[in-house]
Amino acid sequence: MKKTLSVNGVIHEMELDPRTTLLDLLRETLDLTGTKKGCDHGQCGACTVHVDGKAVLSCLQLAATLDGNVTTIEGIGTEDAPHPIQEAFLKHDAYQCGFCTPGQIMSALSCINEGNAGASEEIKRTMSGNLCRCAAYKNILAAIESARDVMEAQK
Amino acid sequence: MKPFTMTNNAGEGPFLAGGTTLVDLMKLNVVQPDHLTDLSARRADLDYIHADEKAVRVGAMTTMADLAANLLIKTEFKAVESALLQAASPQIRNMATIAGNILQRTRCSYFRDVHSPCNKREPGSGCSAIGGDTRSLAILGQSPHCIANYPGDLAIALVALDAELSVRSSDGSVRDMHVDALHRLPGDTPHLETTLLPGELIEAISLPRDRFDHSIYYKVRDRSSYAFALASCAVALRLEEGVIQDIRIVLGGLATRPWRCVHAEDSLLGKHLEIEAIERAARLCLEDATPDQKQKAKVELGRRTVMKALLSVLK
Repeated sequence: MKKTLSVNGVIHEMELDPRTTLLDLLRETLDLTGTKKGCDHGQCGACTVHVDGKAVLSCLQLAATLDGNVTTIEGIGTEDAPHPIQEAFLKHDAYQCGFCTPGQIMSALSCINEGNAGASEEIKRTMSGNLCRCAAYKNILAAIESARDVMEAQK
Repeated sequence: MKPFTMTNNAGEGPFLAGGTTLVDLMKLNVVQPDHLTDLSARRADLDYIHADEKAVRVGAMTTMADLAANLLIKTEFKAVESALLQAASPQIRNMATIAGNILQRTRCSYFRDVHSPCNKREPGSGCSAIGGDTRSLAILGQSPHCIANYPGDLAIALVALDAELSVRSSDGSVRDMHVDALHRLPGDTPHLETTLLPGELIEAISLPRDRFDHSIYYKVRDRSSYAFALASCAVALRLEEGVIQDIRIVLGGLATRPWRCVHAEDSLLGKHLEIEAIERAARLCLEDATPDQKQKAKVELGRRTVMKALLSVLK
């Protein structure tokens, strides 16, 4: 099947097997390996990306049926100019092995942008679709609260 | 995943909407369609929330997240908002459509494991769940062929609120049916889960605005988010001077389909919501339960879930 996709502002035209998930397309075809494959069944959140600004699971999204612009972890900041949420994860040591981190950051960004980063209970609920087997949850929470304050000050 | 062809021709099934159940089951080889009809282009005409005096009509491809965020839903249909926000994860709620959600397949682990015999997945192969790990499976509505429970949250609230579906067939004709008439008991055909005919597509869900004035969805689970219901209960009712004029009580998590408790409902008509009446209704809700040795606790869990819902519905 023919498909045109916008990923991080770049338009890609390609021929697709209808079985291809957005996750495999990002990693295997577009070489955007920041997005991680954890469970591959929609249970862990490691593959979280944004479609038109909303957090979705790229492992359950067939690329051929995608409608919208994709943003991945590679699209929100660079090594020289990281996004405030990336800086906050570094500052608060919000990971151990780091495998779930790109998904955590993409969910955290939605959490803040959609106004769900008020009380810590609200953040925990909104982040509940992202598992961290190293259990860095406390530091992830601290990073989100800190990034929220930075991002609100920048508005 | 087995290869398949995909088109977006209207009127052909099976249908792919949000994909959060179907793509998962296809990866597990539990479902192996030769062909899929991609509905993504139908978001243009099936993603809406309209209201008139009598009903709120919701397009079938509205996402769970969008429905939960709607102001009318938050104010008039609290059971719907609550069922949606306690279901799945934020990412899945951004993808999954409401019609796809009510058609969600069971989470029975034997159904999801292609190495276990399962009458739902492969008719006539037997049921591995009976006598197996049944903690999360049904105690109401089982058959000797299947004890898989219906896992969803939204459908429980929709049955309580007497919501109606608008269904279009492949020849273009449209029929209405109550959500309560959608899910089948397993009987000796557990692979037939709904009363939809081949090629039929749910296009809208209507919530009546004039029938009930209070509703609640109460869910009990192993962890406080991103988990399926061990037991849940939706209640919708209408009061006049504290006396119940109309009520529906529906159980989730415990049964093979959304489970209406008609005896319990009848027992509360004309009554005040007082503790004796609530206790009696909760007992009636579970009167037909047939738990196995490992499921005994689910009867009491179910009763207490109903009591909690009835005690909280007016708050």
